[in-house]
Amino acid sequence: MALSAPANVRAPSRVGTLIGRAARSREVTLAAVVVVLSMFVWFEAPNFLSSTNLISVTALTAIIVIAAVGEALVIITKNIDLSVESTMGLVAFVVAEMLKGQNIPLPAAWALGIGLGLALGMANGVVITIFRVPSIVATLGTLSIYRGLTYWVANGQEITTSDLPNGYTDPASQTIFGVPLFVILAIAVVIVAALILRYTVFGRQVYAVGSNAEAAATIGVGARSTVFLVFALAGMLAGVAGVLWGIEFGQLYASSASGESLAVIAAVVVGGVSISGGSGTVVGAAIGALFLGLINNALTVLNLPQEWLQVIYGAVILLAVVTDALVQMRTQRAKARSRMR
Amino acid sequence: MSEGKPMTAIEGATVKLAPPPVALVGVSKRFGATQALADVSLDLLPGEIHGLVGENGAGKSTVVKVLAGIHQPDAGTIVLDGKPVLIHGPAHARSLGIATVHQEPRLFPDLTVAENVFMGHAPTGRFGSVNWREMRRSAHVFFDSLSVSLDPTAVVRGLSMADQQLIEIAKALSIDARVLILDEPTASLSAHEVDRLFAIVRQTRDRGVAVLFVSHRLEEVFQLCGRATVLRDGRHVVTAPTSELTAADLVRYMVGRSVSLFPRSASKIGDVLLDVKGLTRVGAFRDITFSVRAGEIVGLAGLVGAGRTEVARVLFGIDRADAGEVLLEGKRVRFKTPSEALRAGVAYVPEDRHLDGLVAGFSIAENVSLPIIPRLFPHLFIRGSRERNLAAGYTERLRIRSTGVGELIEALSGGNQQKVVIAKWLATEPRVLILDEPTRGVDIGAKVEVHRIISDLAASGLGIVLISSELPEVLAMSDRIMVLHEGRITAEIPRAEASEERVMFAATGQNAEETHSGA
Repeated sequence: MALSAPANVRAPSRVGTLIGRAARSREVTLAAVVVVLSMFVWFEAPNFLSSTNLISVTALTAIIVIAAVGEALVIITKNIDLSVESTMGLVAFVVAEMLKGQNIPLPAAWALGIGLGLALGMANGVVITIFRVPSIVATLGTLSIYRGLTYWVANGQEITTSDLPNGYTDPASQTIFGVPLFVILAIAVVIVAALILRYTVFGRQVYAVGSNAEAAATIGVGARSTVFLVFALAGMLAGVAGVLWGIEFGQLYASSASGESLAVIAAVVVGGVSISGGSGTVVGAAIGALFLGLINNALTVLNLPQEWLQVIYGAVILLAVVTDALVQMRTQRAKARSRMR
Repeated sequence: MSEGKPMTAIEGATVKLAPPPVALVGVSKRFGATQALADVSLDLLPGEIHGLVGENGAGKSTVVKVLAGIHQPDAGTIVLDGKPVLIHGPAHARSLGIATVHQEPRLFPDLTVAENVFMGHAPTGRFGSVNWREMRRSAHVFFDSLSVSLDPTAVVRGLSMADQQLIEIAKALSIDARVLILDEPTASLSAHEVDRLFAIVRQTRDRGVAVLFVSHRLEEVFQLCGRATVLRDGRHVVTAPTSELTAADLVRYMVGRSVSLFPRSASKIGDVLLDVKGLTRVGAFRDITFSVRAGEIVGLAGLVGAGRTEVARVLFGIDRADAGEVLLEGKRVRFKTPSEALRAGVAYVPEDRHLDGLVAGFSIAENVSLPIIPRLFPHLFIRGSRERNLAAGYTERLRIRSTGVGELIEALSGGNQQKVVIAKWLATEPRVLILDEPTRGVDIGAKVEVHRIISDLAASGLGIVLISSELPEVLAMSDRIMVLHEGRITAEIPRAEASEERVMFAATGQNAEETHSGA
């Protein structure tokens, strides 16, 4: 009657066991794949490592990483947020709209954008925890609603770089000691989220709720308040991603960031966060985003057809989920064999 | 129930000497370390209702599952009409004419009564389409023949447990079953519903069907069955016509399981910690009154479904009571949530540690600290060292074998996992600890360890409520035993007077007087 091992395992608390477990973890495997793939692409197309190319790969990847951190929190609690792309799109457009019309200071516009993301995430949380709508249905609804709101705000218009303050898109290409600004920001988000998950009571509850909601309930961990907070945080991070999206592209449409939910969820799942909840790390999700960003760029620099990207994202999700399911089936069979009665 | 002897005449005892439609011959079945069945032989005759009785874990369910094709025997054979058969699975069992009605109805709640009855063999018209009219008609005729008024077009969801049970039986009979197995069919029925069920079972018998009737209720066995078989520890003890048996005989055959135990060390009994008065939860238990003193182990004995776990859930604030009161150290308490109970000093180690106990993917330390992290770390941040020290204290005290408190919970053996569950609740520093089947599914060695821990905890002044289905365990560990039968306390037995017979009598709803008059 032993508990089955989850598909993958979180980083342990002691350095001694860290190395042993790391060798088996999805994070390390994937990081190795990323390195090997990068070397292959570099070998095939030497301009891969040019600074212009690197910055363009990393800027978009950094945005996905930030959104993926929020999505990872949600998926660890055994929920899902499909509305992340609409939140990003609406925030990006609203921020640009504010800067276009009103003479509003940049930081204020950005803060309002992040606040809007938080509000949208809280709206998801209310529908899911108070009205008890399954998250996949609730966020499918808000995926459409938030996108619809963007079309309403846009009112048939688009926003171009000339509508925005001079040099608005500059931060996207800025570097500090050679490291792109967006990358530094993404790393900071990952570190803070990883620390929260690892070292706070809230983080512990996120895993507990996702792994065994009944167990969490019997000891008084409120599943609902935890899930609400997680959706609020995911919305806020999608808001950050939306603000960065505006800075990265400068050119904004009502349909901006469409399809990115797929990329974000694929990153999280390929990064080892189990879709059945309770396991995985934000570091894994970030490496997953890096992996997908790399494939995206490889198609470009190797002159391969871009159309394959959607297929690859979808295939990666299925592959990761099937792997998890196979591992689970195996441990279940082992459990059945050792069952006492 | 004034006499141990059955009042009802023995009905339909052996009709003809045809070969039994189904028989088990020397069947054995082992699950891991547990020998569920050992060399069990049993024959079911057409036109006879055969009772199967035994304590919890005696092997009754395994017999049912072997006949229903859910388990295949390791040794021995199943003989069908004089020929040995191998039953591959539940569908195969049905096609051989063996129909099983499980304890919990297994129906499709959103489909109609008729659809459920004919699931898998619906009458078809031309081109293989479902003939709905014919389906409803035959369901109707069928219920009529049983004098049951059930609307075939009604949706199953919302029907009473009794009606669902009838649908299960109709489903079984609609395949022209020659063998009908009823596993505890009366567990959730009212007296009136039981009467109706019995009438139908008797009609079924009179059609020449062989019926196997598994029940905890001895008086039902006497009312209904021509013969009865007693199992104990997976072994066949006796098969005899019920006319030659008394309730006292059956109880004597049922008890006496062999279980290794840890000797209980004496502890000093202190003041009353928990006082339960007239506690009632409609549909689960009523008028439960008992108290637990510091240093005392109070055993809650009873057969599965007697309401023991339900009482524990109310004491721990998972469910609410409808009447009665609970006093904790003299103060009246009414817990609305488990967290309130925990704060007040009541902890509950649940029966199913997968569902309610442990979080997979967490280390030992993380599991142990889970109930108390908000209290342990009021400033939101977890200090790993403090958490590990806390867990290390308990792993040492409970002798949990692991490579360290950082080890993942799923890497531990069942017995050590169970100890982690206990550690987790001890970390809440309870005054009263409720243990529900604490040794289920753990091996003998770990069992003794758990007994030692329980004994030590009582010696340290905790009040302990021990729920166990293993009579020897309850007898060896408890200072007092409260016996529950169908939601009521039927006996309170002090340690000195406790015997397996006495507990089993109370647990099957007989009273002590009968022991003497019946024997």
